Amino acid sequence: MAVRVSMKVNGKAVSGEMEERTLLVTFIREHLRLTGTHVGCDTAQCGACTVIMNGRAVKSCSILAMQAEGADITTIEGVAAPDGTLHPMQAAFKEHHGLQCGFCTPGMVMNAIDFARRNPNPTEQEIREALEGNLCRCTGYHNIVKSIAAGARAMAAAK
Amino acid sequence: MRAFQYHRPASLAEAAALAARPEAKLLAGGQSLVQAMKLRLASPSDVVDLGALKDLAGIKTDGRTLTIGAMTRHAEVAESAEVKKAIPALAQLAGMIGDRQVRAMGTLGGSIANNDPAADYPAAVLALDAVIHTNKGRHDVGTFFKGLYETALAPGEIITAVEFRIPQRAAYMKFKNPASRFAIVGVFVADFGGGNVRVAVTGAGPCVFRQTEMEKALAAKFDPASVASIKVSPAGLNSDLHASAEYRAHLVTVMAKRAVEAALK
Ligand SMILES: Cc1cc2nc3c(=O)[nH]c(=O)nc-3n(C[C@H](O)[C@H](O)[C@H](O)COP(=O)(O)OP(=O)(O)OC[C@H]3O[C@@H](n4cnc5c(N)ncnc54)[C@H](O)[C@@H]3O)c2cc1C
Ligand code: FES
Ligand code: FES
Repeated sequence: MAVRVSMKVNGKAVSGEMEERTLLVTFIREHLRLTGTHVGCDTAQCGACTVIMNGRAVKSCSILAMQAEGADITTIEGVAAPDGTLHPMQAAFKEHHGLQCGFCTPGMVMNAIDFARRNPNPTEQEIREALEGNLCRCTGYHNIVKSIAAGARAMAAAK
Repeated sequence: MRAFQYHRPASLAEAAALAARPEAKLLAGGQSLVQAMKLRLASPSDVVDLGALKDLAGIKTDGRTLTIGAMTRHAEVAESAEVKKAIPALAQLAGMIGDRQVRAMGTLGGSIANNDPAADYPAAVLALDAVIHTNKGRHDVGTFFKGLYETALAPGEIITAVEFRIPQRAAYMKFKNPASRFAIVGVFVADFGGGNVRVAVTGAGPCVFRQTEMEKALAAKFDPASVASIKVSPAGLNSDLHASAEYRAHLVTVMAKRAVEAALK
C-alpha cells in the first residue's frame, strides 16, 4: 500500500508517496534523486549510506523511510555552501587525499562531520574508533584519519 | 523485504492494541529488525513503530536505582552524565555496542527483547539485578532471559523501561568480534557490597548466564586473583567459525579477571 512520508532534507521540506517497506536510502536516492548517498553492502556494515538524521549520523539502509517521518536529514549534497565552496570536512578529504575511488567518501564525510561536531579535537585513536562503521576498500584508512583530524580542526576554527 | 502495514501509534495503549495483532512486530531502532526483514527472517504483517512514544525514552535515578526508558538510544546512554555518575560501566558498555551510527538508532528495549546471544546489554541487565518494566507489569531479570533469542515477554508485550540496581563498583569487559563488534565473550562484574557480587557472561553460550562459582569467590575476596584460577567448562558453550567452545571458556576467565581489575580502578 502506498503511504506518504514528509521530512526535511538539506533544509527543504520534501514528501513522497511510496510503499511502506521503502528504506530511507531508497527514498533519498530513487524518489529524491539524491544519489550521493551510496549503498555498499545493504546490511548495515559499510556506512556508505550514512546521512545525518536529527543531528546524528545513521545508516540510511537500515532505517525505514517512515521512521524518518518529520525528521531533519542532511545528505552529502547538503553540506557544501550554496556557492559550491566545499564544507571544511570535504576540503580536508581533498587536501589530504582521503579518497581514491570515492565510493565510501560520502558516508565517511557525513559520519566525520557528526563526529567532529561532538569531538572538535579528536585523537587518532578516537578517529579510528569513530570509523568502526565505515569501510573503505581503497585507501587503507591512513589518509582518511588524517583528513578527519584536519577537517575537525578546520570546523572548530570556522565556528 | 515483504510488504507490511506500518503504524506509528501516539500512545502506549494504541501501540499495545496494534501489537496484539497475530503477526505484528514492534519496531524500535530497527537495527536488528530491519535487517531481519530484508533477509526475510522476519516478515511481520504489521510493523508498530514506537518512535513517536517520547515517554519511553529517558534516564532517571533515585540514588539506589537507575531507570532507563526502553527507547533510549545506545548513544544517549553512553553520553549521559547521569549514567556515567551512577554506573560508569553501563555507559562504557553502551559506547562499545556496534559502531556510532548503530548506537545513534539502537535502543535498550530492542536489544534485550531481541536477546541476541552475543549482545552486550543482557550482561548488564543480568549482573545489575535489573527489573524489566512492561505495559503489563514487571519481570525480574532472573526469569527474563529464557534462551537463544527468547525472553519471558508475551507476544505483543512492550518493554517500557529497565530499572538497574546501582552497584558500589562494576565493570564490563568484552572480547569483540572485530568484524561485527558483537561479543565473542563479554563479562559484566558488579559488586553491591556485603558479599553480594554478580557476574554475568554474554557471547559464550546460547543465552546470557551467571557464573556463580566466580560470584562466590569474589564475594569472599573481590580481587582478580579470586577468579584467575577458576577453570570454566566448555560444555554447552558456543562453537562457531569465530571461536571454539574451549576458547570461549578460557576467555570467560580472562575477561572476568580484567573486569575485576577495571572495577577496582
Ligand atoms: C552493524 C551492527 C553492529 C552491532 N553490534 C552490536 C554489538 O556489538 N553489541 C550489541 O549488543 N548489539 C549490536 N548490534 C545490535 C544493536 O544493538 C541493535 O540496536 C539491537 O540489538 C536492537 O535494538 P533496536 O532498537 O534496533 O531494535 P529493533 O531492531 O527495532 O527491534 C529488535 C527486536 O526487539 C523488539 N522490540 C523492540 N523494542 C521493544 C520493546 N520496547 N518492547 C518489546 N519488544 C521490543 C522488536 O519487535 C524486535 O523483535 C549491532 C547491530 C548492527 C546493525
Ligand atoms: S549500505 Fe548501509 S551500511 Fe552499507
Ligand atoms: S575510496 Fe574507494 S572505497 Fe574508499
